[in-house]
Amino acid sequence: MSDASPAATPGSSVTLRGVRQVFPGGVVAVESIDLEVAAGEFVAILGPSGCGKSTLLRIIAGLDRPTAGAVTVHRPDAGRFDTAYVFQDSHLLPWRTVVSNAALPLELRGVDRARRREAATAALVKVGLGDALERYPAQLSGGMRMRVSLARAMVTDPTLLLLDEPFAALDEITRQRLDEQLRELWQSRRMTVIFVTHSTSEAVYLAERTVVLSKRPGRIVVDRTVDLPPERVAELRATAEFARETRFVYEGLERGEA
Amino acid sequence: MSSTAPLRRFVASFGPPVVVLVAGMLLVELYVRWANTPIYLVPRPSKVLLTLNLEREYLVAALWTTTKAALVGFGASAFSGVAIAIVLASSVWVRRALSPYTVFFQTVPIIAIAPMLSIWLAPGLKAVSACAFIVSVFPVIANTLAGLVATDPALVDLFRLYGAGRAATMFKLRFPSSLPNVFTGLRVAAGLTVIGTVVAEFLVGELGEEQGLGVVIVSASHNGHSDRVFAAVLLASALGLAMFGTVNLVGRRVLANWHASARD
Repeated sequence: MSDASPAATPGSSVTLRGVRQVFPGGVVAVESIDLEVAAGEFVAILGPSGCGKSTLLRIIAGLDRPTAGAVTVHRPDAGRFDTAYVFQDSHLLPWRTVVSNAALPLELRGVDRARRREAATAALVKVGLGDALERYPAQLSGGMRMRVSLARAMVTDPTLLLLDEPFAALDEITRQRLDEQLRELWQSRRMTVIFVTHSTSEAVYLAERTVVLSKRPGRIVVDRTVDLPPERVAELRATAEFARETRFVYEGLERGEA
Repeated sequence: MSSTAPLRRFVASFGPPVVVLVAGMLLVELYVRWANTPIYLVPRPSKVLLTLNLEREYLVAALWTTTKAALVGFGASAFSGVAIAIVLASSVWVRRALSPYTVFFQTVPIIAIAPMLSIWLAPGLKAVSACAFIVSVFPVIANTLAGLVATDPALVDLFRLYGAGRAATMFKLRFPSSLPNVFTGLRVAAGLTVIGTVVAEFLVGELGEEQGLGVVIVSASHNGHSDRVFAAVLLASALGLAMFGTVNLVGRRVLANWHASARD
């Protein structure tokens, strides 16, 4: 898939300094998190259940304020920055068609009908749903719904894309196909991507860099650049390099559990 | 196959209750004849049907009067019930301050308040519709509010992320999400408005220029015409059923796209 948009927007860089999040009950979700994500980087965050991965993502998105520490999302040189968020489930509006779901972010921003429809259609074509524009979410499979969700996130041409275990509920084959699609989107748009998952192979397959959190309170135990070629194809999963990279992440997870 | 399918579905959904109705009426008919029950206690179903036919002009006029009042009451309940729920959902403080008073609608003894309403609003359509409204608005408020506050938190976050204001979040997200609840409330309200109307007519309708079914029931029972009482009751039930059915149908139309099965 070659890039159709003339000037791919550069990504936002993200800086977290000493971030700590305490929940009302006194539970410390994450503790002294320092993280620097470069513009256009693809980072996977892993960790055991309840380690605060989602908390971290919500803080970066600005949906929650950290108890302590500072979060900065830098504007790329173009001046515009835009964060998109993909949830664990598709969370579409059941009363809207596919295209009108994908156009929602632009509608909320006040973009006129014709322009937002055009952008939503383009985003849906990119995820292979060009022929499902007028269908309703209830008529789609789980994988298709998730792709609408991805198109909805991409419709604003975000500089930062946050994904919270987006494909966890899907079957293996659908999941791999969506992984490939996400990777293609990233390669053509070069937005910054932070991807939360608990699958080691998904993290290694997708990301340029993996960050592993310990069990609660979550701290960073591994921060490693994935040593794999930039062309990620399905066959890569069967190679020794892939197995080695996965093992590094897995060992990090084990250390984090201890 | 496809041309007979709607007919088959119609028979499948309406057949069983009709069979039960006919069987029930037959049983009552047999019992009343066998026991020789006097007519002022229980009328023979056949006699009720006969009366329904003989006095149809009088009864249909009463049904029309009741229908008008019930529709006005239902419309008021639907509109203000949803509006009140939207106001209550708009802030926690508004909800805290006002929701105890919405319970008033559910607990108010309509029998006590109906005569007052007829003094305030003058007896007739207005007072009767007001009673129907009071009796039926609570389920609309309660169900709509439950839907409005139970909106998917992830979607609320999404709207926040894209900078949507309160109004956009309400009318593009919360309200449409609550539509299934709104229709649940309206279905309950449809039956209640008919009950409220007939009861109000009992109490205040007699002074009105037009006589509704409630008035017919009261005067017929005073005169020992139990056949006319039951004929009027039958018509009131039919009205309730028709209103319930219409709300159901509209609800299914509106929510058709939410469920895959409804569109195939």
